[in-house]
Amino acid sequence: MTAVAITETEGEYNFAYLDEQTKRMIRRAILKGIAIPGYQVPFAAREMPMPYGWGTGGVQVTAAVLGREDTLKVIDQGSDDTTNAVAIRGFFEKTAQVKTTSATKDATIIQTRHRIPEKELTEDQILVFQVPIPEPLRFLEPRETETRKMHALEEYGLMHVKLYEDIAHHGRIATTYAYPVKVADRYVMDPSPTPKFDNPKIDNMKALQLYGAGREKRIYAIPPYTKVKSLDFDDHPFEVQKFDKPCGLCGARHVYLDEVVLDDQGGRMFVCSDSDYCEERRAEGHVGDMAANPAASHLAGKSSGAAKTEAGE
Amino acid sequence: MTARPLSAAALSPGFSDPVHQGQQVFRSVMMALSRPGRLTAIDAAGIQPPAPLTPALAAMALALADYDTPLWLDPALARVDAVGQFLKFHTGAPVVTSPLEATFALVSDARTLPALSSFALGTLEYPDRSTTLLIGVDSFTGGKAVTLTGPGIETTQPLRVSPVPVTFWDQAEDNTRLFPRGVDMVFAAGNEIVGLPRSTSITRSEA
Repeated sequence: MTAVAITETEGEYNFAYLDEQTKRMIRRAILKGIAIPGYQVPFAAREMPMPYGWGTGGVQVTAAVLGREDTLKVIDQGSDDTTNAVAIRGFFEKTAQVKTTSATKDATIIQTRHRIPEKELTEDQILVFQVPIPEPLRFLEPRETETRKMHALEEYGLMHVKLYEDIAHHGRIATTYAYPVKVADRYVMDPSPTPKFDNPKIDNMKALQLYGAGREKRIYAIPPYTKVKSLDFDDHPFEVQKFDKPCGLCGARHVYLDEVVLDDQGGRMFVCSDSDYCEERRAEGHVGDMAANPAASHLAGKSSGAAKTEAGE
Repeated sequence: MTARPLSAAALSPGFSDPVHQGQQVFRSVMMALSRPGRLTAIDAAGIQPPAPLTPALAAMALALADYDTPLWLDPALARVDAVGQFLKFHTGAPVVTSPLEATFALVSDARTLPALSSFALGTLEYPDRSTTLLIGVDSFTGGKAVTLTGPGIETTQPLRVSPVPVTFWDQAEDNTRLFPRGVDMVFAAGNEIVGLPRSTSITRSEA
């Protein structure tokens, strides 16, 4: 048999892999999630052709909202070219034949694992989060029946005790990722393990945010322009981490940076975690102080390859 | 089930391309509910439901309902056998007579809309176990002007819906007060829809 025959077999998947009844079930859960911002809607998550922890929840949400005209971007820790992002992008190129991109501004749907793009999103974009553990109270109270009751009664004292214990031990709130937020003054929500650096972006975001947890079978949402407050205390207000230096490649300040080890002599540099943002800035001519370093230019060359990723032929 | 033969109207066309039309209609409803009060276009082309079911209402039902979602029909729709048959034929959804049991309620005559509190409102522990009302109206230009605020709205959003029962906006305010319990509503007029989820606060612009 030829390659053509294989392509035809693959074409027999329903659009975006999931069957229509499953999509309708997920779609109904999404609508409830939007109507009750921050509330975790139970849904009958399916087994996907990838292991739990690889974004099965996000993939199911994306499959349910995705249409033929959409352009999809997938990021993993800010980057378009890490394994998880490449695999999921390939999955939708194959099963839905949609256009894909690494440019934040060109995407209509962005599926993300643990970062929010640095570039401000628009009203016409949808941000889909892959969530491992959706219940912010789970590590404080293991019983689902109890956490459900706590959400029902808006009984969130335990979460404040946890943050207070941070202060008692460390002198500050030491939670740096999956930092709990209160959505529209009602539900305490886990913004998935994004660094708390990204929490301010969730507040009043123009784009619709959808969160999918496959193993835990929960979907939740934040509509555009919704008040999202990071929990804190009057005398210990919420604050995000600051970086001493700008990005070594593009010189960007006020962005989230990854540390990259360059050699075994202690050489290291900090670069934008959002690879598309960094590439765009370098294309505009911004140069960081490490850009001339041979090891760093290798790094820049490698990540720019993602910009060429296009829809599957 | 009754053994009556299906009428031709009951078998009239639904989606010609269920996968993609269903997705587009869902996206319209999703956008409408995530931006309350804003007019959102809905493409119901090709759907020819038996009257008084309108193409926009039928499109939403066909996109969202299936054997898992009991439908409640308002008296104007329930009176016409072909409507229930059309919906059962295309979606497989059971039609129920008690609004409390409905996942979706289809309302073609908004003037006779029953009290919102007669539908499923969910519980504090499971607020998602509530009815979503799909309501056909004449226009989004007539009627009392209200102002909406809340999630999905940047500052404020004006809205007019006509017709609605005299006490409707009082009931809608009560519905918001129940949050996180309550019903969600999607109004349809022609090929436009407007979402009014339970999270939206309503103020009357004039007395």
